[in-house]
Order: sequence, then structure tokens, then C-alpha cells
Amino acid sequence: MEFAELIKTPRVDGVVLHRPFMPTVEGTLCLTGHHLILSSRQDNTEELWLLHANIDSIEKRFVGSLGTIIVKCKDLRVIQLDIPGMEECLNIASSIEALSTLDSVSLMYPFFYRPLFEVIEDGWQLFVPEEAFKDLESMTDEWRLSEVNKDFSVCPSYPSLLTVPKDIDDESLCKAASFRHGGRFPVLSYYHKKNGMVMMRAAQPLTGTNGRRCKEDEKLINATLCAGKRGYIIDTRTIAVAQQAKARGGGFEQEANYAQWRRIHKAIERSNVLQEGLIKLVEACNDQSHSMDRWLSKLEASNWQSNVKEILTTACLAAQCIDREGASVLVHGTEGTDSTLQVTSLAQIILDPACRTIRGFEALIEREWLQAGHPFQQRCAQSAYSNGKPRSEAPVFLLFLDCVWQILRQFPCSFQFNENFLIMLFEHAYASQFGTFLGNSVAERLKLLLSQKTVSLWSWVNRPQELERFLNPLYEPNNLVIWPSVAPQSLLLWEVPLQMHEMPKEHMDCEISMC
Amino acid sequence: MSHVESVEYVKLLNKYAEKKSALGTLYLTATHLIYVEQTNNARTETWVLHHHIVSVEKLPLTASGCPLLIRCKTFQLLHLLFQRERDCQDVYQSLLRLSQPVKEEELYAFLYNPHQNEEDRRQGWEFISVANDFSRMGLSNDYWEISHLNKNYEICSTYPSILGVPKNASVAVVTGSAKFRSRGRLPVLSYYHKDTKAAICRCSQPLSGLTSRCVEDEQMLQAISQANPNCPFIYVVDTRPKLNAMANRAAGKGYENEDNYSNIRFQFQGIENIHIMRNSLQKLLEVCSVKSPSMSDYLTGLENSGWLRHIKSVMDAGVFLAKAVCEERASVLVHCSDGWDRTAQVCSLACILLDPYYRTIKGLMVLIEKEWISFGHKFSHRCGHLDTDPKEVSPVFTQFLECVWQLSEQFPCVFEFNEHYLIEIHNQVYACQYGNFIGNCQKERLDMRLHEKTFSLWPHLLKNQHLYRNPLYRRSLESTVLRPSTLPLHFKFWCGMYNHYDRGMHPKQSVLDQLLSLTQKQEEGERTMTELQRQLAVADGVLPDPSGPINTPTEQDSPSEKTPTAPFVQSNGSCLPLVNGDAEEAGPGAEKCIDKEGAEPGATEHDLTSSEDKPVSVETEHSKEEVQESS
Repeated sequence: MEFAELIKTPRVDGVVLHRPFMPTVEGTLCLTGHHLILSSRQDNTEELWLLHANIDSIEKRFVGSLGTIIVKCKDLRVIQLDIPGMEECLNIASSIEALSTLDSVSLMYPFFYRPLFEVIEDGWQLFVPEEAFKDLESMTDEWRLSEVNKDFSVCPSYPSLLTVPKDIDDESLCKAASFRHGGRFPVLSYYHKKNGMVMMRAAQPLTGTNGRRCKEDEKLINATLCAGKRGYIIDTRTIAVAQQAKARGGGFEQEANYAQWRRIHKAIERSNVLQEGLIKLVEACNDQSHSMDRWLSKLEASNWQSNVKEILTTACLAAQCIDREGASVLVHGTEGTDSTLQVTSLAQIILDPACRTIRGFEALIEREWLQAGHPFQQRCAQSAYSNGKPRSEAPVFLLFLDCVWQILRQFPCSFQFNENFLIMLFEHAYASQFGTFLGNSVAERLKLLLSQKTVSLWSWVNRPQELERFLNPLYEPNNLVIWPSVAPQSLLLWEVPLQMHEMPKEHMDCEISMC
Repeated sequence: MSHVESVEYVKLLNKYAEKKSALGTLYLTATHLIYVEQTNNARTETWVLHHHIVSVEKLPLTASGCPLLIRCKTFQLLHLLFQRERDCQDVYQSLLRLSQPVKEEELYAFLYNPHQNEEDRRQGWEFISVANDFSRMGLSNDYWEISHLNKNYEICSTYPSILGVPKNASVAVVTGSAKFRSRGRLPVLSYYHKDTKAAICRCSQPLSGLTSRCVEDEQMLQAISQANPNCPFIYVVDTRPKLNAMANRAAGKGYENEDNYSNIRFQFQGIENIHIMRNSLQKLLEVCSVKSPSMSDYLTGLENSGWLRHIKSVMDAGVFLAKAVCEERASVLVHCSDGWDRTAQVCSLACILLDPYYRTIKGLMVLIEKEWISFGHKFSHRCGHLDTDPKEVSPVFTQFLECVWQLSEQFPCVFEFNEHYLIEIHNQVYACQYGNFIGNCQKERLDMRLHEKTFSLWPHLLKNQHLYRNPLYRRSLESTVLRPSTLPLHFKFWCGMYNHYDRGMHPKQSVLDQLLSLTQKQEEGERTMTELQRQLAVADGVLPDPSGPINTPTEQDSPSEKTPTAPFVQSNGSCLPLVNGDAEEAGPGAEKCIDKEGAEPGATEHDLTSSEDKPVSVETEHSKEEVQESS
């Protein structure tokens, strides 16, 4: 397919761009296969380059022959284009709509993007499981790297290499996989060097209504316990939700079969509920009534802050079991690809100082999100402004970043990176020139040949020129476990991604770096 | 004055983890309640000024003892547990008496002596001068002059002795206008904006009733209008909700009738009265003290308290004034009912928005002295210094401080001071350790001879100004008028004030402290460098050696802090009660991280901030405290 077919009017002059709290720009609007470009064609004025993939929805308005298109982006920016000529405006609008809703991954911009910089360190090779395993091997010999999933037949959403207890053979793994939702059998997520305790993650067990059990699954997780020690299973769902899951073949670990484990239920919302929350939150922020009561009640009704609190609380719980109780932990929800990953990755940020460095955080996102099979493409296909019927969109990753921001705010000297880094990740997860967040799993990425055909986000971010923007000037490496407060008073609304409103006039980070 | 002096084996309950509760001894002195906890070699003290105690409540007996709940005006909450009912009762009785003095002379300020001589005292009181601020604004000039008509407080007993009035307002107009205003609080100058020649004036409501009018008052407003050549009209801002103002009309008071006054634009602002504010704070504090609220409970509680709505209404009014002055170049006359609560809030806030001077450490003192103290904000009544009518108490000044804090959150680089400064001022207003906030107006203070019997707070704050500096302050931004966003989204809950003593809720590392210590290091480094360069020059024979033996350059800090005689007037206890307080209250794990759910891990044993896992900066902060305590 040629993009040209979709572009009815490639160029319009005299277009006026309005962005919140920035001067308006008049210039020429150009549509390319992947970008909406507005340029005043004068020196020193900023050009707008907007990826079609970033466009969540558009609205058209006409006053006489002057058309206006309001473009609402997935990264929550809203811009307005005044386009002279009704026909031009309609053409532009329908072209943007078509170009921003292309279904085929291989038509996405990363496959066309050629970097203007030299790739010195290829991000695709930066975080391979073998390397992570070498680190683990230096600390313990209880684990092995299994190739049971090398053709992705045991678990399509897992990577090909998985860290499992040494004493469990591949055959048992296959049996355990058949007992877990989507084949996601328990694998190692984190090894706590201080006391040798571990965090594992999985999907729900398929106990069903008649209480099926699987000896291999039990053996697999018991293999991670020291003699006489108990472990904790953190189910991210409420007991009621977990009970209901039985009817659909899912369920939870029965005490009788997992005697060495104590199960704890938390209440992290399912992803579709989170999406509704984001939509409500953005709506509340856009409410122009300026009434305090209305704002607070809408904020409350969005449940966004409640979600942040619940996710952080669960992560603290997991971290506490490991660090304070000296117990190993297994975390799962239903599929094990959303709330599970929020909890396991946040717990590592709390426990492991390495995750608070830029490299370590990148590695964490690779390990616990990309390789662990968080379905980025599905979750980030649409955002808060979409008119389309929601399929499996959800701000799971945004909520994770929000939680990281909360910890960062409470420990402003313990992170090597700053808020900009989190914002950058949010934006690239939704639309990017890089291939990193394309696809839903390692298997899909391999099939798409992303590492050959696209550039990795890390290749770009890790260049010293870019990195500078993301460094926290107050960073002092600190080897301690950092316990955030989850009291409601301690959790603030993360305003920056909700960028539809004017920001505070001055930004702390840039001020600090100027000191 | 007889009262219990000490009780042993008193438990100080930890709100979050009962196991963490301390066992110690309670002492009652003439001025403070002191709780001492002795564990191994560590001795921690919590000092609470009796004046800071707002209520003492005996809770129902429990199996473990007799609980006593002490609430403070600084939003500190102490939950004590006594073994014996009698001890509890005795302490309760003593505290009731000690915390509610009946006569002014019983206030701490009349006992307190920071070891200054009379000359220091006099200079201290002269340090901040409202008259100087008038000259800073450019008074007297072609339009405005300073009037001494009120020098004996005869025109208005609650106004200061010097007043800024329009030059072309005759004595008859001034006195006539005063007679037409509630309590004689006639329209006078609050702030003169040099660049636009627009002025902010303040007064109380007119005694207009349903039909009355007063020629002099009309002439007075005319004079104010004429004093600004840049705008043909003035705004008259009634900060009250319209309904309240209308109700006042029936009582012979009310608001200006636009038909009677030429060229005024009348405007209501809708800030609620002191009673609604008092109840709102009460509700807010209930929300703050809930043990482990859900996010939903908290947000709903915050909304129902109405607190942020009220803060926004004050801010909106302040922004309206600033805009009128700087954008429309229009003068504004502000009043509410008596013109000493909402009017003070709104005028002082507008001053901060308009004039960078008031955003400095000294400028804020001047502003408080001018708009609050001298214009008769009734500190004694509003703060409940004495055991008087509880209906007069209201957090009007607290709201002003919060508005300043909200601004500092939006503009982190335009204030010379930091959050600690605002909180310290708040604590001092209620402490009555210095004389500044005692009494309800200038005349009362004069009658009490406060300047002879007590000391002024301002020199004390200035001496400690290094604690209150904002390291991000940039003078180059000075000339800007602040245009804050007043979208609800941009108002935050002030955890540092209302949950000040719940240290577990605060960020565990403070950017402010970090930057302050970096700034200090930098200064020290620069001093060392200068000194070394000097030494080098001396060694090279370029410079003569004037100082004899070379001093180490870092020994700059004077070792002789004031050394009070009375043991309970120690600076750390009274001036900085929080320093002692936090070791206790904050305690490790002040905020637990997990909801209690039966036998969950962690629900019982968490100690989220035990020393071993404390981030470095907290450790150092802690050791600083210990140094202070032992000194």
C-alpha cells in the first residue's frame, strides 16, 4: 500500500497552530506517510512534527470556510489547527484519520525511520537474558536458564530463555505451564542478594471449579523455599474476583495443596477499569468549571489515585515479605502480564538500588515489561481521547511510571534519572520512531524482525547528548531499601503527563540543574 | 501555681504502630509539657508549649491504662497513656489551667527573656517599620500622604496611628467617612503601586443599611479615584458572599450602592466568614488524623471539608486585585464586614503578587506587620491566646500563610524564604513567646506596654534566616508580577503544615535540605579558597601578614548562641519545638505501608524506616538533632 493514496491534500498554506500556553504559529502544513508537519518556514521558529501514530482522535469544526481540526494525542497533548478552505480541511482530517489508524505494524514509522545519529551501542543487544543470568550465577547456584520455551510453544508470551529452579526439569516446567493461564508458569523475577529470598511471577493457576491441582507446579514453587520456611503468594486480585475466575477455568492456589505458602489478596483493578479511570481523570482535568468541589469529586471518581495507592501498597507488601520477613514471594493476577508486572517491577525499585540508575531502570523495563510479555501494542493502541470502542487498551504502564514518580518524589536523591525520563518513556510507549515498544511479546518482536529493521529506543537514549536531559543532579547512590509512604497525603497527582493545563511557571528540575 | 510536676511510666502512643509506642516520663513546667523517653543511651525529648495546646481530652479507660489526647494549634497530636487514673486526672486538670491563661500577663512572652538588654529590645521592636514601607512605596507623593489624624486612635481605635490617605481628602472627609464605616474603619491606603499609580485601599463595610448614604464617604472614594490619574474608575471589592452582605443591610450595615458613588465598579468575591472557616479546618483536621484512610475517604473528606475551596476563594480574590492594579491600572478598595479578616488576607496576598519585596524574608515580616498587626487583625481572639469566646477563633492567618505556600509551589524560585519559614511564623503566632501577636490592635498593644515587657519575634527570625532560605531563589526574577493559575488542579493539600508531625508522610529525602547543605558547602569552599589564596599571597610576600597566626577559615560560626537561664526556655524547646518533637512522633515507621489484614506478613512487624534502611540524608538529619539536644 502506498501512503500517498491516503494523503488527499499533502500541503496547505496559511495554517495556524494553537498549542496551550505557547505562541501560535502560522505556516505550511504538510502530511507525510508518518508525520503531520507544520512549519513557518522561518528560521528559529519551532516546527511541529507529530507522528500520526500519536493521534488518538480528531475533531472538526467549521466557521464559514475556515475549518478547525482539534488533534488529541495519545500522550494527552491537545493541539488545534486552523485550516483555510473547507475542502482542504476535510481532506486533511480524513487523511489524518486514515493514517493514524493503520492496523499493520509493519507500516509503522519505526520501520521507516533512519537515525541521524551513529548507533554506538545497539540497544537491542544491551539487555539479554544471558547477561542477567551471569549476574545471578555469581550470587547463587540454585537456578538455571531453561530453553524449554525456545520456540515459544510452551508459553507464547514468555521469552525463549527463562530462569527456573535448578532442580526442576523442562518436562516438569511444561506440565506446570499447562496448569497456568497462557502457559505462564512461575519463573524468577528477582533475587534479593541480601538474604537470598526471591520473587517469582506467574499467571493464575487453572484450578477451575473442581479444584484441579498440578504436582509439578507445587514442586516448582516449593523448590524455591528453604527447608521449613514459608513463602507468600500475592494474588493481585481480591478474593471475590479470584473466586469468580474459577468459573472461567482460572482460580488460585488452594491452601491444602500449597501448605508452605500463605496467600494474600490485594485489590489492583483490571486493565479495562484502569482505562476508564484514565478517561475520567483526563475529563476531570479538562473540566472548565473551575469549581474545587467538582474537581475533587471527579478526581476521586476517576479512582486514579486509588489505583496508584493500591499498586504501590502491593509492591511494598511484596518487598516487605522479602526484605523484612525473609520470605520468598510469588506474585500473580489473572494473566500475569499487567498488575503482576507492576508489582514485581516496583518491588525491585524499592529493594534494589541498581534499578534506580538509568541503565538499571532500562534493564528493569526490558526484563519485567518487554521480555516478560506486557502487551504494549494492545495496551497503548489508544489512549484517553479515543472515540473508538476500547479493546484491550489500558494505562498499565503509565500507572507504573506514576508509581515510580511517587517514589522518586519521596526519595529525590536516590534516583539517577529525573521526571523527564519517565515522561519520555510514557511518550515512546504510545508513539515512537523506535521499535522498542512495538509488538506484544518477544515472539512477536522476533517475527517482526524489529532488531534488524528498527532502531532501539535505548540506542538513542543512552547517547551522552540525550542522557544529560534525564539525569538527576541530586543523585547520590544509596544502597538502601527505600520504603515509600502510601498515605493518601503522601501521594500527589502526577500533573506533568496530564499536560492539557498550564504547568507551574518554573520547573524545579531545570532550576536545580542550574544551581 | 501548683500543678503536677512529673509522672513516670507514661506511654506516648504511636499512631501507626502500637508496638513502637514509647515509655517515658512526663514533666509539666510553667511553660512546657515535656515528655522524656530514655532508651539505652538515647534520650529523646518532646517539648510542647502550653500555649500550643488547643484541647485536652480524657478518653474512656482501656485495659492498658488511661488515655489522654492532647491536640495542638500546631496540628501536633499527642496520645498519652497513664497507668493510674489519678495521674491522668491530675495532668488533665493541670493542663487545662496551664493551656488556657485568663489574663494577658500569664502569656509566655511576659516571662520570656532571650538575654537581650533594653537597647537590643528597643532596636528589635524598631526593626520592622510600617512607616519605612510607606516611604519605600514612594509616599508621600503628589497623590498620597501620611496622615496623623489617628495618632490618639480617636478616629478609629483598631487602626494604626499613621494612615495613608489621598492628598485631596480633607480632614472633614476623612472623619466623616470614618463615621459611616463599621467601627470607624475608614478607607485608607494599603499598597501603592508605583508603576501604575494604582492603589489598594482597605476599609470596613459602610453603614448604608437599605437607604443611608454619606457625602463624606462618597467624597472619600472619589478622592481615592482621583488619586490615580491612570484610570477613571475604582473597583470596590466586597470580599464576602453577596448573601452575607445583603443580610448585613438589614442591620444597618451592608455595601456600597453603585448609584450613590460615582465611577465605582462593585464586585463581590464570595469568601466565607470566620465561622465557616473554623469549621472547615476542623473537618480538614479530622481527615488528617484518620489512621489509615483509603484514597477515596481522603479525597472525599478533603472535598467535604471545603478547605481548598476556601483557599481558592482567597486566592481568586487576591488575583483579582493584582490584575486590576497591574493590568487595568485601576485602584481597588477592599472590605468585608469589619475589614480585619478577609480584607487582610486579600490585600496582603495582592501585595505579594504585585511586589517582589514582600517575597523576601524581611518583606514578609513587613507585610505581616503592616496588613495584619497594625491594621488590627485580632490575633488574640483569632488564635485564642486567652480563654475567651471560642467563636472568635478562626484560622484566617493560617489561610494567608497557606496561600503563600500555594504560590511558592507554583513559583519555586520567586520567594526568598522556604516552607520552614511559613511554618515557623505559624508556630510563633500561636506560641506567644514574643509580643508581636499578642493583643488585637495597636492601641491594645500600646496599653499593654508590650514593647517594654516583651521582645519582638522578627530579629529572632532574622538571626536564624539561614534555616529559612530558599536555595532556588533568583533575584533576577524580581520585577515580575505573579500570575498564578487558580485552576482547582493546582491547589495542593499542605501536608507539611497539617500533617507536619506525621513525618512518615513526608518525602524521606528533602530537596530543600539537600540544596541548603550544598549551598552551605559551596560557601564554605569559597571561604576556604579565599583564605588559601590570601595565605598564598602572604607566603609569596605579595601581601603583608596582618592577622598574625593564620586562622582556619571554617571557624566562622559563632559558638555563643544565647544561653538562657531558665531551663525551660531553651531555644530548642521553645523556638523549634519540632526539632524535639519529630524524634518521637515521626519515629521510625510513622507511616506504615500496608493495610492491616490479619496475619499478613508485614502487618505486624513493619518498621519501614528503621535506621538501617534510612536513606543517608535522614541519618545525617538525625545526628544533627542529637547534636542540638545535647548542646
